[in-house]
Amino acid sequence: MSRLLGDSSRLSIGDGSRLLIRNGRFMDPTVDLDAAAGTAELLIEDGLIKTLSTDGNPIPEDGAEVLDAEGAWVVPGLIDVHAHLREPGQEYKEDLATGGTAAVAGGFTQVACMANTVPVNDDPSVTKYILDRAEKESPAKIRPIAAATRGLKGEVMTEMMALREAGAVAFSDDGSTIMDSGVMRRVLEYSRMAGKPVIVHAEDCALRGAGVVNEGAVATKLGLPGNPAAAEEIMVARDIRLASMTGAHLHIAHVSTAGAVHMIRKAREAGLQVTAEVTPHHLTLTDEATLEFDTNTRVAPPLRSHADIESLRAALAEGVIDVIATDHAPHASYEKEVDFTEAPPGMLGLETAVSVSLALVREGILSPIEFVRRLTTNAARLLDLEGGSLQPGGVGDIALIDAEKEWLYDPAQGFSKSRNSPWAGETLTGKVTATVVDGRLVYHHERTTNAEYRFDERL
Amino acid sequence: MIGRDILGIEDLSRDDIETILETAERMQEIGAREVKKVPTLRGRTLINLFFEPSTRTQTSFEIAGKRLAADVVNFSVSGSSVSKRETLLDTAKTLDAMDPDAVVVRHKVAGVPHRLAEVLEAPVINAGDGAHEHPSQALLDMLTVREQKGRIEGLTITIVGDIAHSRVARSNIYGFTKLGAEVRVAGPPTMLPAEVESLGVKSFTSLKDAIEGADVVMALRIQMERLEGACFPSVREYAATFGLDRAKLRFAKEDAIVMHPGPVNRGVELAHELADSSPSVILDQVRNGVALRMALLYLVAGRGGR
Repeated sequence: MSRLLGDSSRLSIGDGSRLLIRNGRFMDPTVDLDAAAGTAELLIEDGLIKTLSTDGNPIPEDGAEVLDAEGAWVVPGLIDVHAHLREPGQEYKEDLATGGTAAVAGGFTQVACMANTVPVNDDPSVTKYILDRAEKESPAKIRPIAAATRGLKGEVMTEMMALREAGAVAFSDDGSTIMDSGVMRRVLEYSRMAGKPVIVHAEDCALRGAGVVNEGAVATKLGLPGNPAAAEEIMVARDIRLASMTGAHLHIAHVSTAGAVHMIRKAREAGLQVTAEVTPHHLTLTDEATLEFDTNTRVAPPLRSHADIESLRAALAEGVIDVIATDHAPHASYEKEVDFTEAPPGMLGLETAVSVSLALVREGILSPIEFVRRLTTNAARLLDLEGGSLQPGGVGDIALIDAEKEWLYDPAQGFSKSRNSPWAGETLTGKVTATVVDGRLVYHHERTTNAEYRFDERL
Repeated sequence: MIGRDILGIEDLSRDDIETILETAERMQEIGAREVKKVPTLRGRTLINLFFEPSTRTQTSFEIAGKRLAADVVNFSVSGSSVSKRETLLDTAKTLDAMDPDAVVVRHKVAGVPHRLAEVLEAPVINAGDGAHEHPSQALLDMLTVREQKGRIEGLTITIVGDIAHSRVARSNIYGFTKLGAEVRVAGPPTMLPAEVESLGVKSFTSLKDAIEGADVVMALRIQMERLEGACFPSVREYAATFGLDRAKLRFAKEDAIVMHPGPVNRGVELAHELADSSPSVILDQVRNGVALRMALLYLVAGRGGR
């Protein structure tokens, strides 16, 4: 366990063998359960959910430790299908300890991490290294996504069978889009044998060119090079055609345009195995967030227009987009303190995803239980992971969310090693108040502080 | 305007622009004297911080500062800051520690003067950032048009060329529209940025239509090395389609003037014979540039400065 949390002594309210959660609004999307506060209780024993009582009858304490949810939502531990945790190789941005702690502070009990580490996770030894380190350092469970091609070069496919054996949950070259359609076809075909999805960052690199902001009125006003929606849509179209041709499971990362949504909807209607994710930032921010040239608003794909946001929100509500994923992408402050075109794309997401995305619940686009479904149940199904449920026999991973709580987000007081967030200094509504992994309390908003790891090398 | 950053024309009100132009008109007189120097900014330090070389703009600011008796220091940062692992913030802090009274910034990427202004104590004057803004150029263009035409309100101004990559175009669009002129832009579709009309202009791909009845025709410099083959097929075709010559200029008003921010690619944006003489006012623009920059320095770093 993480040295960062000072092990379990300060935090834990028990030895983790029996934990009783009560006094919350329990939600389990797998059975459409949304039980008003006080009507349900949950007992976790030896890391697994033992009892979920929904008939109003209290579960006898019998010596179990008790976690009082204080009226918060009690939901299956959240699952992020897309994060960059930077270890190995770029530990100055993030490592498995800080990234894993940021995850549980954001309610995430499982995090799938992208392959663009140094070295690239294109070899079973790297996958195993990540899992070994995570086991020791991360309070959240880490699920490595392996590269689809060696060195993310888009040329030679990786040893998918061996990578799966080592623990890879999906294959992706993420930001390095596989531009060669022949290679992409083979990757999709071969992935069927491994039975794991291929995740794509859909972007035609030539059409994107030097573009760093959404092509449109804002880019024109700012004089920054534009990245047109068509750059994403062309590759979404190509990859859907290839998914149709190969029968593979294609997962489209961080969808950002209305045109891409339209094509994904058609693909789903045609019965293809095409899934999709959207980030909290693409659901809530437009390119206008860049009007002050804040490099923390530089992301790939870029923040788009109001019309795109409306389309993404509708698709998420309909289920055309399956999950909310963070695309948590830490970068050191000094890497962002440069001109807009030189700043690496990406922003933090793990600690703010719930708060930022709750806007959709407040605006009536998602009901609370549908919100929860898109942050856990659908993600578990997408990557064939445990969790996403409160049903007995399942893993004892739980998040407590106080949907009304207001808090000031200060990345310097957060758990990620980096601070690149456009929400820095803002008051957010809705906060994860506690997180339980395998029946052990690993985060509590009043008891977990980052004080013991404000170490010197922090950037 | 003491202590104020001049980051773009977009941020200036019509009153601000009038104040700057009127001040510049007073400064013109100093440049006509035998001894072209006044003690207004004596003891004040001006830093020209140029991340991208620009001899003309830098020289104009330097002369402007010297005519006002300021100490002018040129600080050129060549190459990428990333390669030296020095951030913009580092650069800004370094400069601030030298207590300048104004910092003039030029950078090849949009937004850098804004980021520096957030950190620097001294007022920042944007001397051109990427394809974003070049306020002193637009102000000197407005000064020149007012000098030539006696007014700006009601005029039709046509800007021709690479609008997409032009900071001069954006600043002039904001400036002339704020002062009540109608602004048109013209160029091949590859050089008109997305949703260009959202800037408040009419856009044309026909030069003839664009300059029909125009009072002012402003040609922009084409970056031939970078854009030939990408945004236009050949210099010859560009010159034939959008290059201004006396024949094409017949569509404009009879007394139309021709402007260019320089340096001119002769025979490309402007026919050789147009570059040097009436109706071209290119050298007036350069001359007015010094007076205009004197006005800016006086207004932001003058009396009440640090």
